[in-house]
Amino acid sequence: MSVTIDALTEADTAGTTAPPAGPRRFRVFRYKRGDERPHYETFEVPVGHRTTVFEALRWIQVHRDRTLALRHSCLHASCGTCGVRVNGKEALACVTMVHDVGREITVEPIANVPVLTDLVVDMREVFERFPDDHPIVRGSEFLDDADTPDGIASYERYEDCIECGLCVSACPVVVTAERYVGPAALAWGERVLEEPRGAEVANLLSWANAPDGVWRCHAIFECTAACPSGVNPAARIMSLRGTLLGRRLRKQPRGSDPT
Amino acid sequence: MSDAIDERRSRGPVQRKGLGPRPVAWLDPRGRTLGHLAFVGNRITGLGLVFYLYLHLAVLSLLLRGGEAWNDFLELATTTVFLLLDVLLLFGLLYHGLNGLRVTLVGTGYVPNRQKALWWVGAVIGTLALALSAFRILGES
Repeated sequence: MSVTIDALTEADTAGTTAPPAGPRRFRVFRYKRGDERPHYETFEVPVGHRTTVFEALRWIQVHRDRTLALRHSCLHASCGTCGVRVNGKEALACVTMVHDVGREITVEPIANVPVLTDLVVDMREVFERFPDDHPIVRGSEFLDDADTPDGIASYERYEDCIECGLCVSACPVVVTAERYVGPAALAWGERVLEEPRGAEVANLLSWANAPDGVWRCHAIFECTAACPSGVNPAARIMSLRGTLLGRRLRKQPRGSDPT
Repeated sequence: MSDAIDERRSRGPVQRKGLGPRPVAWLDPRGRTLGHLAFVGNRITGLGLVFYLYLHLAVLSLLLRGGEAWNDFLELATTTVFLLLDVLLLFGLLYHGLNGLRVTLVGTGYVPNRQKALWWVGAVIGTLALALSAFRILGES
């Protein structure tokens, strides 16, 4: 049986009432605005057999350091907000079991994205890689009468992509090519081309057919390995390349609707 | 996008995956998968082949110094250590060539979901070709 972590005492195992499996050492990335440089802090966390990394982080927050900043929402791998790197590997903290990642666990924010504080990153870095005024396959199932924050007309979604940014973090090309638009945006582009539903897609191909578009990808497939939602961004980028190459070989004018 | 990149540095520190400065951070294999191994291997063998190209030109320039210089080099070139370097060169050629074919097939969208299978196909072909070639090359020493 699971209980909310806030109801637990310090002696309870993080995130569960199951028998404790022993402590785990968490090495957590720390950074606050104004710090000269980031550093790591170590915490011993009592964990159960089904404790997740997120629950362990919350235990640290509740019982050791209230200033630890982390972001979360759904806690079932559909919102993408709790993306971090666990022992160097991209993961959603809410569905990553402590037992699967070892006795010593280093938790860091995702890479290639500016860190705002501790494990919280500035996701604008991911979304600004999408072209302005881009078409989407469908809108979010947000209630029509619900309010949206200032500056947001409506919620959008990129189909299976949960916008966690793990692919941008995992991509070795983004490390050295900052202007590369990256796997999330290119996978979105291929998805829209796959099913335009009447959307204007003429500019999409010319956007993708750029040195920092599909041709910057080195077919490393780390994005696909990191994606927790089965989007398979690398294969979508390769398909996008195939579309562009096919059109080039058939001498079709660039930027025209491929459908 | 470029404005965003220029502005990003004021937002906070950007963590990088991989040890060392940015130009070599891609080398770090920790937490990576087969695709990254193939990519790193391709870059290292590519750099090695470029180095070999210039070395090869330097060796050929011995001909300018006459037949005796060339014969001296040939004596060195038939030693076991040198022949082992030939096998290493062949490894680089096979890896880079076969992986290049794999990247071409995957990267042009023909088989976008077969990158791992193609790597193993290349590994088997390359290993067999290297073993046979090494047997022939070292058998002559």
